[in-house]
Amino acid sequence: MAAVEFPVAGGHAADGHGDPDANYLQATHGFRSWALTVDHKRIGLMYLTMVSIAFLVGGIFALLVRLELFTRGKTIVDGETYNRFFTLHGAVMVFLFIIPSVPAALGNFFLPIMIGARDVAFPRINLLSFYIYLCGVCILLSSIIMGAVDTGWTFYTPYSLQTSNSVISMTLGVFVLGFSSILTGLNFLVTVHTMRAPGITWTRMPLFVWGMYATSLIQVLATPVLAITLLLLAGERFFGIGIFDPKLGGDPVLFQHFFWFYSHPAVYIMIVPGMAINSELIATFSRRAIFGYFAVAMSSIGLAILGFLVWGHHLFVAGMSEFATMMFSALTFLVAIPSGVKVFNWTATMYKGSIVWASPMLYAMAFIFLFSIGGLTGLFLGTLSVDVHLTDTYFVVAHFHYVMMGGTVIAFLGGLLYWWPKMTGRMHDEKKAKIGFWFVFVGFNTVFIPQFIMGSRGMPRRYYDYLPQFEPFHKASTIGSWILATGLFITAFTLLEALWKGRKAPRNPWGSAGYEWMTDTPPCLANFHSTPVITRGPYDYHLATPEELSTGWDEVEAGAHTKKKD
Amino acid sequence: MANVSESMAGTERVGHDAHAHPEFLQHHFDTPTQQFNASKLGMWVFIATEILMFGGLFCAYAIERGLEPQIFDDAHHFLNKIMGASNTVVLLFSSLTAALAVRSAQVGKRNLTSFYLVVTLLCACAFLVIKYFEYSHKFHLGLLPGHCFGHPGLSAAIQDGQEVGTCLHVNAEAAPVTPEWVKAVDESGHVRLLPPRANMFFGLYFVMTGLHGLHVLIGMSILTWVLVKNIRGKFSPAYFTPVDLGALYWHLVDLVWIYLFPLLYLVGKPE
Repeated sequence: MAAVEFPVAGGHAADGHGDPDANYLQATHGFRSWALTVDHKRIGLMYLTMVSIAFLVGGIFALLVRLELFTRGKTIVDGETYNRFFTLHGAVMVFLFIIPSVPAALGNFFLPIMIGARDVAFPRINLLSFYIYLCGVCILLSSIIMGAVDTGWTFYTPYSLQTSNSVISMTLGVFVLGFSSILTGLNFLVTVHTMRAPGITWTRMPLFVWGMYATSLIQVLATPVLAITLLLLAGERFFGIGIFDPKLGGDPVLFQHFFWFYSHPAVYIMIVPGMAINSELIATFSRRAIFGYFAVAMSSIGLAILGFLVWGHHLFVAGMSEFATMMFSALTFLVAIPSGVKVFNWTATMYKGSIVWASPMLYAMAFIFLFSIGGLTGLFLGTLSVDVHLTDTYFVVAHFHYVMMGGTVIAFLGGLLYWWPKMTGRMHDEKKAKIGFWFVFVGFNTVFIPQFIMGSRGMPRRYYDYLPQFEPFHKASTIGSWILATGLFITAFTLLEALWKGRKAPRNPWGSAGYEWMTDTPPCLANFHSTPVITRGPYDYHLATPEELSTGWDEVEAGAHTKKKD
Repeated sequence: MANVSESMAGTERVGHDAHAHPEFLQHHFDTPTQQFNASKLGMWVFIATEILMFGGLFCAYAIERGLEPQIFDDAHHFLNKIMGASNTVVLLFSSLTAALAVRSAQVGKRNLTSFYLVVTLLCACAFLVIKYFEYSHKFHLGLLPGHCFGHPGLSAAIQDGQEVGTCLHVNAEAAPVTPEWVKAVDESGHVRLLPPRANMFFGLYFVMTGLHGLHVLIGMSILTWVLVKNIRGKFSPAYFTPVDLGALYWHLVDLVWIYLFPLLYLVGKPE
């Protein structure tokens, strides 16, 4: 929107923008060069740092919740504190971690590179969104000091109108975070529409970019509804405006409708980026063009559209007309179509491919397996008669953890391992990464398979105490959480260790045909030394030259450039 | 810089070749057209988010009105149709002047652009002044949202013995009149009784018009910023993006009001 006035004459290095041909990590130095950067790669890294910390915090709350449930009755904390723990676990994981994780961290870093752009369309708005995110984090976490929220991350009325006042700081925090999410989505939409390099047509866009595009659509269209919902909730608490309060003539179920009108699409804000990463991983490590490229791309858009039509399935037992529940149930089943398209196409891509079992590929395999379980159990819940039995049980908890954790987080870890060499210029230790993977995979299933069983037998979610017959399942689940945490720490250690011990990464360590591997490692400040002109698709292994699959583009030019510097 | 330019010579290097670039073109865009298209699309997407945010309120309005149609009908008589209509005219006119500002910026008439922007801003001020009178009258009568509804001492200002206007709730035996009911003179001079649940109408009224008023303020800040840049001579027929986008945002502010006015002020049975 606004124009930055660059001096017509004068060096850019002098005004703090650095040499466009220098490695983005070294182009400029000092704290200000990071805090005030408009480079999408640095902003991506800053986001990555923040979401990793949020993941750690949310993970600690998860471990505390599981530890409390290890034995019946009180194990470590009382019931009230337990309520706060699971609320904080949910709110931190959803709003601080998963929603910004893939788009704001990996998307910020790779979306412009993958379309051959020098930056996102609005670099300063990109930086602004990061600081708004930080503000949101502070406001949200200030609720802990003010007495912590115990409503669960869904803030259902009327309870959220009666419990402690810290609900306001948490909802305002989420409101602010939503604004940050909107700005990221807006930026990506405009970037994809207007910044593609010559030759990157819509049908040559990497599937990661398609996924980010679909995600951005949801972020832009759904988040404002959450904003107004939370604003109304805050207004309700401050002034009692009465929209959700039956005493004052309002309707508490309306809150649930509003909330899920955002939060169901938000599920696709979380999972579509995971699928987007997975498409890249499967193609690269199968050395094959993705099967049914166009169908996979369109299935992301399909999920974005269907995501807006199914919010009612969270309210089957909250009081809706039978006709409405039937419609929502039918629409919910439609979601299986684009999800199925993706799973089948990934599998078909691997058929007769030259599969390489690198650590990111293990995560990609785990994604297909775990997401299939998560998706199929979603069909159980979409079935009206079954849902009445399973609503608010551990079955639901296990279902969405299979999608969110087994889907998005697994893909996020796979994507991190896959792109780590490009982002940092260092190779991680594959052996440690694989050990970490097996801990994560085994631990994750140990946590949540018992929860499916408990849930189907009637163990309600969010309960502090439980009947004796559920004890073995809870014990297994808690032990699983320790295995999972071990795996995550091993993976985090592997990634961090690479920073100081890893060998220098080549340009294209995985031999991918994707555009992002064609540039320097780590990328130069302007992403490419010259604006690339694309003549093949990102998965066209049959068209990519052997040089491209080993050293990427303009190696010669880059070599010349290095020499010149020497 | 000198040797960097040298190394760029002859190759299609990334766009930092300052000589070829107009002053307003940001470093990551290739052409002014690309920059303009990006900015314009960005503003449209942002407007879409605004519409969805107000959409939540319109949806709440539809549902609450469906629950209590009679209360909405009774309560809307307390909104001043003359003031509402004047504000509609003021905003429509300001949209016209905003559009004219864009046109004069396109053809490079700087002073005329400033003139139109100032007129637009004055209209915005007029809107807020009228809104202030409306709000203060509601405060005076105790027609406030939620718990504040029927603030004591305010309805006492009504003289006793005045004719009570048509209000179905007074006649309905199922709904006895309690001290919480608000008795006040509506905008057509009738004394009218409103049940406590009428707070939901005023809750919506204040939230919807309040959020809209906030957008008027945001729009005014944007237009003021554009005006300052225009006076400093930053715009030309080749670059007038901020004027265009500022006006576009102002049209959104206008458009939301176009829907608020009939929904709150006019929808109801004629007396």
